[in-house]
Order: sequence, then structure tokens, then C-alpha cells
Amino acid sequence: MCGIVGLLVKNPNMRANIGELMLPMLIGMTERGPDSAGLAIFGAPVSDDERKFSLYASEADFNWQKLAHDFLTHLGSKVVSFNQKVNHAVLTTHLDPETVKIWLHEHYPQVHLLAIGQLMDIYKDVGTPAEVAARYDFSQLTGSHLVGHTRMATESAITPAHAHPFTAGQDWCLVHNGSLSNAPSLRRKLQHEGIMFETDNDTEAACRFLEWRMREGDDLKTALEHGFEELDGFYTLLMGTKDQLALVRDPFACKPAVVAEHDDYVAIASEFRSLAHLPDIKNAKVFEPSPKEMYVWKV
Amino acid sequence: MESIKYDLAKTPLREVNQFLHSDASLLNGKHIEIQNPNGAHNIAVGLKSEAKVLVHGHAGYYAAGMNQIADVTIEGSVGAGVAENMMSGRVHVKGFASNAAGATAQGGLLVIDGDAGLRCAISLKGADIVVGGSVGSFSAFMAQAGNLVVLGDAGEGLGDSIYEARLFVRGKVKSLGADCEVKTMGPEERKILVDLLSRSGHSDVSPESFTLYGSARTLYHFNVAKSGAY
Repeated sequence: MCGIVGLLVKNPNMRANIGELMLPMLIGMTERGPDSAGLAIFGAPVSDDERKFSLYASEADFNWQKLAHDFLTHLGSKVVSFNQKVNHAVLTTHLDPETVKIWLHEHYPQVHLLAIGQLMDIYKDVGTPAEVAARYDFSQLTGSHLVGHTRMATESAITPAHAHPFTAGQDWCLVHNGSLSNAPSLRRKLQHEGIMFETDNDTEAACRFLEWRMREGDDLKTALEHGFEELDGFYTLLMGTKDQLALVRDPFACKPAVVAEHDDYVAIASEFRSLAHLPDIKNAKVFEPSPKEMYVWKV
Repeated sequence: MESIKYDLAKTPLREVNQFLHSDASLLNGKHIEIQNPNGAHNIAVGLKSEAKVLVHGHAGYYAAGMNQIADVTIEGSVGAGVAENMMSGRVHVKGFASNAAGATAQGGLLVIDGDAGLRCAISLKGADIVVGGSVGSFSAFMAQAGNLVVLGDAGEGLGDSIYEARLFVRGKVKSLGADCEVKTMGPEERKILVDLLSRSGHSDVSPESFTLYGSARTLYHFNVAKSGAY
């Protein structure tokens, strides 16, 4: 199954409460995805020459202080900030992504690099949505938009790395409800292009495919049109970029989605029960997005 | 008229549904209102008395599924499978309905004021369905008996592998499914359409504006000349 949620807050006064508004949405999708949960939040950007690196280590007692210390010693670069929450840490630095990636791979291969960007932080872990949300203080998050997911694994293992959102490139993420039947062939095709994979998850194949298309010059719309041709299976995909949320459903609409558009916000969920609590929902325009059509909302 | 009110924010759905399954002698003629449905699944499923149920808000999956005799109105939208396998009675959705509305329904009337999603009236077995808006692709797939009336448009593959159901569509049909074709609307079919329009609050709509679709009956028997295609 799996549940997806997305929230884009148009009213600037409500952005400080985006975490609180979202929490019942994510918890509302527990029955659809009880084994893991994750979230990408787009908050205040770091400065132009800085990047945020969302890191994850599976060991509960991982020595983050040592990693921060080693990073500083080896690369001589000033770490702008280092915020750690349980198994996750967000490292902000002036260094370019490739240098950081190579350094992590050489010195801390057990640490997963979940995301790179100027606005986006990612948290994902195993446990019920309520447990994961409590572990990472989701209710305290602030920002303009977010993408969340609750997972019921059907095709690959239950680990934090297999949880959604998946990311590729910078400030771009994707969550998926459904299953792809041609993920292995898609992976082989992308591997020929020199694209590396972190997991054997089918969604990661879709994520890296779309990011690859956009790197090759497609805009999001054209990349998704290529996606309709290449992706075989069932999917509702919700994507987050630095300033927009985008939604598509497969041509057979096998997987659900409901949208609520309100003057203050746009909210997306697999089912209405995750939207029912939102403020003034009675006056929102609630609709079911059509299959094979792209919906985009800008911040 | 006596009205019994339930608030799903306070009372568990199972308790409400168990009450709705009470002996018919307790429920016949009663009005039951359900507040705060908030998209919950399985609201008012399996009813079998002459009760009138009014749901204030949006319902989730399988709302009023397997209905018999009862009259259920949902003020908002519904998720997948509304009135699935309905046997009799009436289900009225004032908003939109998601996929597979009225799937396999054998009797009764399902009225949807808004749009219906994909596979509306799939495997219809005798019920009547009137959709005020449009229906999605693959609607009335393998529909065996009953009537589907669509005031708006229909998506791709309408009536694929249809048996003896009648499909009345006022708007455009994106494409017809295998073995579905345009039929001439005779007086008998017209009477059925007029009756359904009147019972679903659309008596102002002209029956002449509809096209009737049905089975070409070429798939009824194995055709040896086409054996290579099977």
C-alpha cells in the first residue's frame, strides 16, 4: 500500500506551524504504511555558496562528534553548522557536493547521504508514522512546503534507506505509492549512464530516472512525459522541488490521491481522512486528480 | 420524523455500523445522521432495513457497500467502491466518487451528482447508476445488466466486453471498448432513460441529448475464424 502526504503553505503566517499542520496528515496514513515513515521539508535556504547534507547512520550510538571533527581536520573547511537529531544529522558547509560525497565514501562508508540542497532536510526511519514523527520532532518543523510518506513495504527490505522520500540531485525529492514492474531494467539502463544506486528499491529507480532526464535538459513536465513512457507499473508520485510540489498518477489510476486547494494551503494525501483535520477544510476545493495528468503547485 | 444522530468524532464507526445492522423493525422509517465522517472507510455498509441515512461530509472507501433497501445520502465525496454490490435501495453522493463506483451492483439506484472515477459500473449486474458529471476510463467494463446514465463525458474504453447493460452518455466518449457500439434508442430504452433522469433529479434534461451504447455481441461465442487473435 503506502500513504503519501504533501502540504504547501501559501499563507506566510502559517509556515511556522507547517509541522503541526502536517502531523495528523502523516499519522492519518498509518494504516496504509505502518512500517516506516519519512519527510522532506523545505525551509529557509542557506546562503548561495553553502549546501546542506542530510546524513543518516544506522548505529544508535554513532559518534557524530567524531565525524564532525574528522571532517574539519581532513578538509580544513569550516563547518557552518552541524545539527544532529537521533540517527540523522544535517551538515552545512561551503564545500562542493562531490568533495563531501567522496570524503564520506572513503571515511564513513556506513553513513548514508540522504539529500543535498539549500532548503531541503530529509528524515526517514523505520517505525510507525507517530513513532518516527516523535523521534525527529516533526511537529516543530517550519517551512513553506513538505512531502511525506508512510510505507508498507512490498518489494524490498524495511530499512531507513528503503524508506521514502528518495532524492537525486539537489533540493529534489520524490515519494511513491505503488509498485514498478520494470524497475530492474530501468536500473540497468541508468547504470549504463554511470548512475549509482543506494538501494534495490523500485522507487529509487523512478527517482534517479526523472532526475537524470532533468539533468539531460528536460523540464519537470517533459521528464514526467518520458516517465509515462518508461515507468511500467502502478504509481502515484509526489515530488518536491525548491519552490513547487508536483503530482502524477499512472494512466490506470491504480493508486489514490485527493487534493484540497485552499486560499491558505494546498494539501495532498492518498485519502481524504488525512485532510479532514486541516483548518477550514470545508471551504477548500477538494478533488481527485485525473490519471496521467501533471499537477503543479508553486510556493 | 425521528432522527438519530451519531458523531464519528465521538463514537467509533463500528458502533454506528452495528446500530445500523439492528433488527429492521427497530430501524424502518428512522432517519439516522452521521456527523464528521472525515473520510472513514466502510460507513453504512451492509444495511438491510428501510432506514434513511444522511452522512454530513466526505466518506472513504466502500461507503454504503452491499446496500439493501436502505436510502443513504452522502453530502460530500466518496472514495473507491461506493455502493459496491448494492442489491436494492438508493445511494446518493452529492460530491464526486472515486474509482469503481457501483461495481458489481445488482439492484437499486446509485446517483452521483459530481464526476465518477475510473471503472465506474464495472461488472454491473442489474443496478441503475446516474452520474451527473463525467466517468473515467474503462467504465462499464464487462457490464452484464442494468443501466448507466452519464450526463457528462466518458473516458477511454467505455463498455469494454459489455454484455447486456445499457449505457446512455450525453457528452463525448473518448473511445469505446471492444465489442461496444452505438445502438438505436427505441421507445423502451427512452422510457428507461426518462424514468432514471426523473428519479435522479435531472428531469429537466432532454433524453434526446443522449446516445445509447451497448453490446455488438461479437464476443459472445468463440469465433474460429479469429482463433489466431485469442
